[in-house]
Parts: sequence; structure tokens; C-alpha cells
Amino acid sequence: MDLNRLEQDSEIRWRIPARTPMNVPGILYGDREQILQMDDKVYEQLRNVTMLPGLAGPVYAMPDAHWGYGFPIGGVAAFDADTGGVVSAGGVGFDISCGVRMLHTGMQSAAIEKVGPALADCLYADIPVGVGSEGSISLDDASMHAMLEGGARWAVEQGYGTADDLDRTEERGCIAGADPGAVSERAKKRQRREMGTLGSGNHYLEVQRVAEIFDPAIAAVYGLAIDDLVISIHCGSRGLGHQIGTDYLREMLLAAGEFGITLPDRELACAPIHSELGQRYMGAMRAGMNCALANRQIITHLTRGVFLAFFPQAQLSMLYDVSHNICKVETHVVDGVARKLHVHRKGATRAFGPGNADLDESLRDAGQPVLIGGSMGTGSYVLAGTSESEQRALSSACHGAGRAMSRRKARKEYGGRQVVDELARRGIVVRSPSLRGIAEEAPLAYKDVNRVVDNAALAGLARKVARLQPVICIKG
Amino acid sequence: MHSRNWEHFEHDADIGLRATAASRERLFEAMAEALTALITDPGTVRPIESVPIQCEAPDDALLLTDWLNALVYEMATRRMLFGDWRVSIENHALDAIAKGEPVDRARHRPVVEVKGATYTALSVSQDSKGTWHGQCIVDV
Repeated sequence: MDLNRLEQDSEIRWRIPARTPMNVPGILYGDREQILQMDDKVYEQLRNVTMLPGLAGPVYAMPDAHWGYGFPIGGVAAFDADTGGVVSAGGVGFDISCGVRMLHTGMQSAAIEKVGPALADCLYADIPVGVGSEGSISLDDASMHAMLEGGARWAVEQGYGTADDLDRTEERGCIAGADPGAVSERAKKRQRREMGTLGSGNHYLEVQRVAEIFDPAIAAVYGLAIDDLVISIHCGSRGLGHQIGTDYLREMLLAAGEFGITLPDRELACAPIHSELGQRYMGAMRAGMNCALANRQIITHLTRGVFLAFFPQAQLSMLYDVSHNICKVETHVVDGVARKLHVHRKGATRAFGPGNADLDESLRDAGQPVLIGGSMGTGSYVLAGTSESEQRALSSACHGAGRAMSRRKARKEYGGRQVVDELARRGIVVRSPSLRGIAEEAPLAYKDVNRVVDNAALAGLARKVARLQPVICIKG
Repeated sequence: MHSRNWEHFEHDADIGLRATAASRERLFEAMAEALTALITDPGTVRPIESVPIQCEAPDDALLLTDWLNALVYEMATRRMLFGDWRVSIENHALDAIAKGEPVDRARHRPVVEVKGATYTALSVSQDSKGTWHGQCIVDV
């Protein structure tokens, strides 16, 4: 990205000044090198978002920002319904409520030293993953409706997990205001056999070892100690969310003219929050979020089944579950005034600080766990939300490493077998239906997650708590 | 077909499809082949089942995303891959037959699931020599 087009607020904060036709400034977080390495398309896409109506405060790009479609990945924008604000299907994307769930195992890494490959085989066998995989659950119309309204709460009622799981899930496992009637039959049909499936691409289930603790006090609250084994599940709302995105992007694009909205990019398709279409999308998107929460809950149940077969004493309790592709209604103080806003986070993680009333009491003093997925080889992070993040980026932080290399280039640079063997040498067991898929997800195809997280912390978006190293990776 | 008049192009997070052809119909067929090539080698897909697909849009670019999204939907709900396409287009109404077979994970080794076709960097145009060009970024 050309730095000459930016003003530098600080070592870690850069600004696209608000000039017509921008309505608000754009703010990018990252060090000079990171910003230089960002594609110019990130500048263009962030600037496009600033032109949408009804924005409340600046539009933000997280340190892992990269070229997306419509919004940059790593983009955060909040809209006020009462000042003509919009909700954008493009600002949420196809993978509605894609997110990360983390589970404790109650065990330390030595426990799986001898059984790693066998455990990986069983996880790979029991958790449907990759193209063409199917879940064992088939939903009829009534159960589809109940799942879309109930989310993880519905899944727990069906026997997939326990009520304790819900306390540690965003929205306590069920977002209110979901409208299954606003979800097309095509979307429901696409989901019918996909409950409890991981998907493909960058989605994964990993068994990870706590390799480093940065904040012992918060780590203790989260129940993390050095050498502990945890499980991370990264996936979203599967075919249902993809189809909701497809359906509403098209409808919003065609309706933009009627609403008098000039779209700087068609992928920013949106509708006024107060319109019938805007409200219908919110209902469908929330149903998509419930689907994602139910999906991760079912995968949790399947994972517990595998672990219990190996370790009858294992207790897979929830650390947290948080989405990074979603639009949520939240109250934030903007220019000294508390306002109810529709906050879009596309490839950005909500990061509520200490004291936030939406957090479970057990987490309220420490702040919200912010779960950051890295790549297969480099590791992941647990961060904690900070109080200052609200003023700096509407309580948002990064969501992962972000790609440094396109899939095509990664495929040319690396062989899937070479990646699997290299990771095996480092003690990381990988199972996947596709070697080409593994090549496309090679660790070096991603940016340095350590640097992304360091800069998120330096910017005050979140606090570093723990670094995790993968031990087993089940990849779609 | 498998004429290889298409290519994949770079995008940070996802991947772009680009094709050229002598007609709009052949362009849409080439884009469909580029879509399958994200998932598997189109040459390995046997054309043993036919699926009819219709769509209609206000312009060629939207018709292209509608076509690709229809293929994504049929692949997802039928658990199929497509390897042969016959497209006809009247104005902005498309009538097609996509031929393929159920996903065979051992033989097709499918790489990635396509979530949807986006409107980013989307275009369909005809140059002064009459050649059709199209491109679209898909989310994977």
C-alpha cells in the first residue's frame, strides 16, 4: 500500500483522511512494514466502505487486513439506523458467523504423545470434513426451523452438549431476532445434511498445546496453563450461510437504486436498517448465526465422543466461542454519545473489555476471550478484550494471520505432501482429504501471526494471554 | 470441451476465474469449467447425470454470477461435480444443461468447497474483435 496516501497517527495507526465522497475517515492498524505489504485493494476497499450512508465514526482495518470482496477482510464498520445507516450482506459475507470455539481438555500434552496419530485418525473419521462430506443429522422442516431459532441452545436440547457450554458461547448460544421465514428454501435445502460438518478451505479442528503464557492472571481466569492441551474449532454456518449471503447480496444489489444508495462496489450491496429488506436480512443473518453456533456445538459433541474413547477422564469444557463474520447490534460511545449501532465485523473478532455486561460473570473481570486462528504450522493465540478497544476500534481485534499469498501461488510453491511431511517432522499430525488443499493452506502462505497479534496488542485492541502450538490438525 | 480458455487469477483471500471465448455461451461454459477446476481436474468428472439450470438477470455480469451460483448450489445439494456444460442464452436468460457425477472423494480428491460467486472484479464484455471476456472472484 502506498503510504503517501495515508496520514500517520502513531507508530501503529494510519489514517485515510475523510475527503469527498468519503463520509468518515478510514483507520488502519499495523506497523509500517505491515501497511506497506498490504495490497492497494485494501486501501480501495476500506475507502469504499467509508462512502456508505449512516456510518458512526471511522471504518477500521485490523492488522491482518487483506483484499476481500466489498469489505476488506479485517474490516470493521458501524452504522446508525436512525441516521440512514445500512446493513450490508457484503459486509458480513458468505460465511455468516464463521468463528472459533475453544475447548479445554483437562490434560497436558504428554498425555497424547503416544496416541497422537490414532487420535488424529479417529477425529478425522468422526468429524465430517471436506467437499462432499455429510453429517449424520438430517433436519426435517420442523427441526430446521427450531435449529435456526435456537442455535447452540437447540443443539444442547437435542443432546449435543451441556447447558454449561452455553454460558461460554457468544449470545449464550442463541441470538435473538432470528427469522427462519426470511431464509430461502434453497438455503435450508443446502443445509439439510450439513449439520456438524467442518467444511473446507481454511476451516479446521486442531488439538493445540499452550506454548507460552503472557498474562498469567487472565490465563488463570481462562483456565490456561503452560503445556495444557486445548481444542480449537474454526468453521461457520456452512451451506445455509453461503446461500443466505448469495440470496441477499443479489436482492440488495438490485434494490440499492430504489433506496437511493450509490454503491462504490457492487459487493457492498446493502439496505437501510429500517427498511423491510434490511430487517429481513437481519432476521436471516441471525438465523445463519444460530446455524453456525449449532454447528460448532455439534462438532464439540463429536469431538468429546472421540476424546472420551481415548481418555475416559477427559473433560472437554468450553473456554469460549466467538464469531468473526457478523453484524451485531451493540451500544458504543462515539464522540461522547452512547449509540445503538449495527457493527459489521468481517474477518474481525469482537473484543469486549472487562466489565461488559454481555459477558458471563466468570469472564467479566478479565474481559472477553478473543480467539485468533493462525496457520497449520505457526500457531494460534488467545487474547483478552481491553477497555480501550472500544474507542480504538469499536471493541474489535484481528481474527487470524491473514493470507500473505494467494491459493494459486501457494499451490505452485508448495506440494501438499511436502507440507504434511515438514509438519510431521515438527510433531504436527495433519489429516485432510486433499493434498492440494493442504498446499493451498501451507503455513508460509499466511502472514506472521505473531506480528499481527503483537501489533493488535500494541494498538490496544486486545491483550496477549497465551500462544498455542498445533499438535493435531484436521483440515477441510 | 476442456479447451483451457480459462485461468485462475490471484486474489489475497480467495481466487479469481477468468475466461475468453468466441461467444457469450462458450464464455459461460469456460467459466463453469474454471469453477470446477478449483475443486478437481474437470477431466476426471464423467458426464453421466444431467442437471437443467435456468437463470435470468438484468445484465450479463449478474447473469454470470447467477450461473456460477446456480452451479455452486447444485453441486452442494446434489453432492455432485460437473465436467460438461451446454449453455444457451437469449437476451439475459440462460438455459443450460450441466453434466457430471456424484463426488467420489477417492477419485476426484476435491480440494475446496466454493461458498459463492462475488460481485468483486466482476465483468462480462465483448472486445472490438468480437471476443468475449469474463471474470469473477469466488469465495472459497
